[in-house]
Amino acid sequence: MKTLAPVDVVIVGGGWGGMVMAQQIASRTPLSVLVLERGGPFRGPGSYAREMDEVDTFIRKRQAESLANETFTTRATGRDRANPIRQYAELPWMGTGMGGSGDHWGATSPRLMPEAFRLASHLRERYGASRLPPDIAVQDFGITWDEIEPYYTRAEQMMGTSGKAGNLAGKKIEGGNLFEGPRSREFPNPPHAMPYGPLLFAKAAKELGYHPFPMPSSTLSRSYVNPDGVGRVGCQYCGHCSGFGCMVGAKASPNFTLLPLLQSRKNFRARTHCQVRRVLHRGGKAVGVAYVDDSGREFAQPADTVVLAAWVFNNARLLMLSGIGDRYDPATGKGTLGKNPTYAVHVGLDYFLDEPQNNFMGSGGLAMGIGDFGGDLGDEGAARGAFQGGIIFAYQQGDPPVISAFGRIPHGETQRNWGSQWKKAALKWNDRYGIFLNTGNHFSYRQNHLDLDPTYKDKWGDPLLRVTMDWTEAERKQAAFMLEKEVRIAKAMGARAINPHPSAATSGPPLMVDQHSHGGVIMGTSPETSAVNTYLQHWKMPNLWVVGGSALPQGNEHLTLTVVALAYRAADAFVDRYVKQAGPLA
Amino acid sequence: MKRRDFIELSANALGGLLIYSLAGTPSVLRAREGKVRLPLRFFTAREAAVIMAACERIFPADESGPGATQAGAMVYIDRQLAGPYGADAHRYTKPPFAESAPGPGYQGRDTPRRTYRAGIPKLGRDFAMLNGLQQDERLEAIETTHFFQLLRQHTIEGMFCDPMHGGNAGLIGWQLLGYPGPQMSYRAQMGQYNGVAYRPKPQSLQQILGSAVRPWEDEEKG
Repeated sequence: MKTLAPVDVVIVGGGWGGMVMAQQIASRTPLSVLVLERGGPFRGPGSYAREMDEVDTFIRKRQAESLANETFTTRATGRDRANPIRQYAELPWMGTGMGGSGDHWGATSPRLMPEAFRLASHLRERYGASRLPPDIAVQDFGITWDEIEPYYTRAEQMMGTSGKAGNLAGKKIEGGNLFEGPRSREFPNPPHAMPYGPLLFAKAAKELGYHPFPMPSSTLSRSYVNPDGVGRVGCQYCGHCSGFGCMVGAKASPNFTLLPLLQSRKNFRARTHCQVRRVLHRGGKAVGVAYVDDSGREFAQPADTVVLAAWVFNNARLLMLSGIGDRYDPATGKGTLGKNPTYAVHVGLDYFLDEPQNNFMGSGGLAMGIGDFGGDLGDEGAARGAFQGGIIFAYQQGDPPVISAFGRIPHGETQRNWGSQWKKAALKWNDRYGIFLNTGNHFSYRQNHLDLDPTYKDKWGDPLLRVTMDWTEAERKQAAFMLEKEVRIAKAMGARAINPHPSAATSGPPLMVDQHSHGGVIMGTSPETSAVNTYLQHWKMPNLWVVGGSALPQGNEHLTLTVVALAYRAADAFVDRYVKQAGPLA
Repeated sequence: MKRRDFIELSANALGGLLIYSLAGTPSVLRAREGKVRLPLRFFTAREAAVIMAACERIFPADESGPGATQAGAMVYIDRQLAGPYGADAHRYTKPPFAESAPGPGYQGRDTPRRTYRAGIPKLGRDFAMLNGLQQDERLEAIETTHFFQLLRQHTIEGMFCDPMHGGNAGLIGWQLLGYPGPQMSYRAQMGQYNGVAYRPKPQSLQQILGSAVRPWEDEEKG
């Protein structure tokens, strides 16, 4: 293994978490910053235009991490044998390359509710510990709404999030999400023009007494120059959004909003096709990372500070492979590494209408939502064993674009899913449907955890990460509750038919590993219960920082904005405090 | 890889222009009159005939419009199987295999190429000679197999893919749907067609960009 020249800060991963850290540290300090990215370089908008092909980009996932390199194994319980995720289907989607998953996301950008940051305390206060599901393991983030709010604002300003405030410094504003926490500033950009389905949803929801609002989207509704001076143009609604890089740069991506600020800086470098396999450490201190390049050569990259910002669960995996931290043991509840993996209880439905929808137009975050069930489900929910819900929304993302959308037919209308009768029904309903989802808060549980798989290995011979996670009765009840509300709205829209999605409500084998997964290296206020402090600094190794979705103690479908906000907070702590005096910040 | 086989098609059966590339060299076959000799990349001529007939039963031409033969779905499948996808170049293929395991998709050992090669004989070598009802019976008998699920999915892909992949010949699938292709902007239309169909003339990615795009199966050999 060749040892390279040392750098001040090495960052593993060029996605949102890593690039926020890189941009902040490289711009605000003289420190040398090196990003090591497993995938390729930023390909540029011209390339993204050439990737507007459903087969290669959306179905085969040519730009995602090759599962022949590495994947995850999953099982429902500790008694089961885990099986690898062998191929991409619609999900999962393991982002790779500069920008990471931040390059192909849908850009739906709601904030969490204020109580989400102290969810364990809140649930006990609201419902009483005895009513909550057994084995629930939700934890407080360890920061308050007032502490996170400025960072949410900063994230929205940087990305250019489009939306409408529903709570401006405590003042409720009709047309925004009345249930959101108080925000210090209006969204930097107005809401998008909405297509037919979401507009019908909003009308029906309002008639039912709910409070529709345009779902925040970090795709620009108009041309915008952010506070860093980075300009981008508005969305073209080309419909190649979730799963695609944006060919005009309207969708916020680290490549469009952060990389341009770094490319001229002498203290920043990104090295691509570098698969980091270990954090190197000595005497309780990280000393760098070991990686292998795409020709198989191995390198040691010494660094004073190591920042892990790999694909969600890969942060936990890298720490396990490196022997850093105490592995979580579900039998005792002790240990913190691999704790609290979560997913999202994002049950939804397809609704069918007589009118054509032009579903091929759209944008990943183009949706109308209601926040009425976005947090607590109150006494009505609790009586049915459902405690927290999610923002229900009707969206039109362009429905990438034809193949994957073909064949949505009201249940029971055809016997077979092939042949002339099926073809006619599929053509009849083609472009005459729309979709609901909800952001689906997901509790963490004591039995759900991450560890290293005893059987399966990656391309380089390292064990895959094994995900042990299943729905409980509480998620089934939550999904049933939410689905009932969704069906009510769809009926009020005049839906000809409604197909609930297979989900926690209807069971089916859990996959539960995709771009909506979180946890494994969670943040908190005590090294007994969390792996990193609230600045995302490792409790045991102060010069090791672990940023990204891995830090979230419980789940929800759309947490990118929260991930970016937490990364900004970590970067502030690093620049303002750690650089002046290296050591534990909490 | 054996790729010397050809299949001869009646030009009327195909939906018009077929953009086809063998070994990464694109060529345009004018399928307007007479017969077209299509070079095959993976299938033997006999296999191709079976697959073409099976695709046509899955997505038949009927009074609702053209079907899989006219779109060239078999050509699409042939090319996919010859490329990295067919060889499982990007699938996790380390053992042990738990064939019947529930959960994340197909867990078995077989590559798509092998699945097709082993699956086609189950339809019978005489499959293309049978009448529609007999063909449907054979398909029904394998409906629950991994092979059939792939074949069904690939038929739909071959109907509606960008024509650079060999299917959707003459944009016949997109015309059937009223899908305009990967247009660069609907900004002027967003919010203007509420409940009303917007159906501009479909264009392929190459037509829209003004230059050819190389599909994955041409860039990377399986």
